[in-house]
Amino acid sequence: MAKHETPLLDQLETGPWPSFVTDIKREAESRAKNEKNVEYQIPQDCCDDLLGVLELSYKHGRTHWKHGGIVGVFGYGGGVIGRYCDQPEMFPGVAHFHTMRVSQPAGKFYTTKYLEEICDLWERRGSGLTNMHGSTGDIIFLGTTTPQLEETFWELGHNLDQDLGGSGSNLRTPSDCVGQARCEWSCYDTQAICHDLTVEYQDELHRPAFPYKFKFKFDGCPNCCVASIARSDLSFVGTWRDDIKIDQEAVKAYVGGEFPSNGGAHAGRDWGPFDIQKEVIDLCPTGCMRYEDGKLEINTPECTRCMHCINVMPRALRPGNDKGCSILAGAKAPILDGAQMGSLIVPFIKVEEPYDEIKETVIEPIWDWWMEEGKNRERLGELMKRQGFQKLLEVTGFKPDPRMVQEPRTNPYIFWKEDEVEGGFDRDINEFRKHHQR
Amino acid sequence: MEYEEAKQKIVEGLTKKLKTKSKFYFNDLAKIIGEKPRVAKKLINQMITEEVLEYWSSGSTSMYGLKGTGKQAHSEHED
Repeated sequence: MAKHETPLLDQLETGPWPSFVTDIKREAESRAKNEKNVEYQIPQDCCDDLLGVLELSYKHGRTHWKHGGIVGVFGYGGGVIGRYCDQPEMFPGVAHFHTMRVSQPAGKFYTTKYLEEICDLWERRGSGLTNMHGSTGDIIFLGTTTPQLEETFWELGHNLDQDLGGSGSNLRTPSDCVGQARCEWSCYDTQAICHDLTVEYQDELHRPAFPYKFKFKFDGCPNCCVASIARSDLSFVGTWRDDIKIDQEAVKAYVGGEFPSNGGAHAGRDWGPFDIQKEVIDLCPTGCMRYEDGKLEINTPECTRCMHCINVMPRALRPGNDKGCSILAGAKAPILDGAQMGSLIVPFIKVEEPYDEIKETVIEPIWDWWMEEGKNRERLGELMKRQGFQKLLEVTGFKPDPRMVQEPRTNPYIFWKEDEVEGGFDRDINEFRKHHQR
Repeated sequence: MEYEEAKQKIVEGLTKKLKTKSKFYFNDLAKIIGEKPRVAKKLINQMITEEVLEYWSSGSTSMYGLKGTGKQAHSEHED
């Protein structure tokens, strides 16, 4: 028998999709039975009270959570987000229900043993409810009391070799795609650089001194599986400089229907025979391809590495050999408004350990500028808009490049300065009038 | 700047403003100390370690306050 009546939540379970309400109910039931004899360190009925407060919020049409606070683990300014219920008498099990962010492993590779261990830890010291994973990529532990924060942190660090992630005005937990571990398109080892920068910038991750949040994300290729270009302040997208590698025999095999296009991903329906002209050539955004007399040709200088042709014919086409990444700055995806895509700052850079060039010529100059000039709660992308892309080029020392401009006459952020113009901006009007009438 | 001097400036500066607010952005503290962010960060971190200051976080934004001050410490029964 449920502790609270939840007719509105029950309705959410009637849809065709798996419901988080069902998940919470299942955990509530499991905690009530406690078949594994867990020594619960927070109220056993916290999940019942969580359902109760959520039901009340639906009924009232407003939240009953307060967020933020001075809770945290000693010395860390992030990783814990204070949550308090504003109806503690009615729902004592969730009076304090703090969130903990746990740094996810690069590429989100787990062993089942590790997953069991973190779940057991959270069952005992928290609500047992997790988000796998939050938007930034962390493992999210949902709901515990203040005294359990240090205990959980100690166990994570000492028994599971695990650290808290970032929150607040910190570097957020860097996140990456599976990379070269499982994907042959990955143009650099995303996991290696993600791990290296996480270790290198521990201080920025745990001790907040930025104007606001800052995110790194690493995509191995322009398919952008972690959407770094849309939601990270500094986005690393794998790319290559030379020609796409073409296996003409395999192209013919696709045309002849021997290989299914898109690796068979759309095989659930009969789309008719594969039409290379319609499905590849005509969809190339720069029109840099042609297929004539059974031969596929790509004009590399025109190619923007959109990945479409490679995605459709993975056996026939592969990224080139001269691989590295492009770096884009200033993306953000806030919930309310102001979403912005990243702007290209470094067209191509090699991604090689120990990544000194990336750290010293890109990351650190950008941080120095943003830390000094950024207003409180201003993301890098907003500072770039306020002071101009030209300023970003100045602080990083990168030269303006046509690839930073979407098309001529747009993004007009590259201006001449007086000392760059011969004779400056002043002119001799009399000399001018000799040649030009009024 | 010496740590003790910075600490004195911060405690004085924040105590003076306590009537109107108890939580401050990092930039406010850097301004009080009068150092660039990277230098200020080292000093402020030491003040956190010595429990002169404490962090406050909304989840998305972090702020700093003198330890034990402000409404929340009382209202959340954590002082």
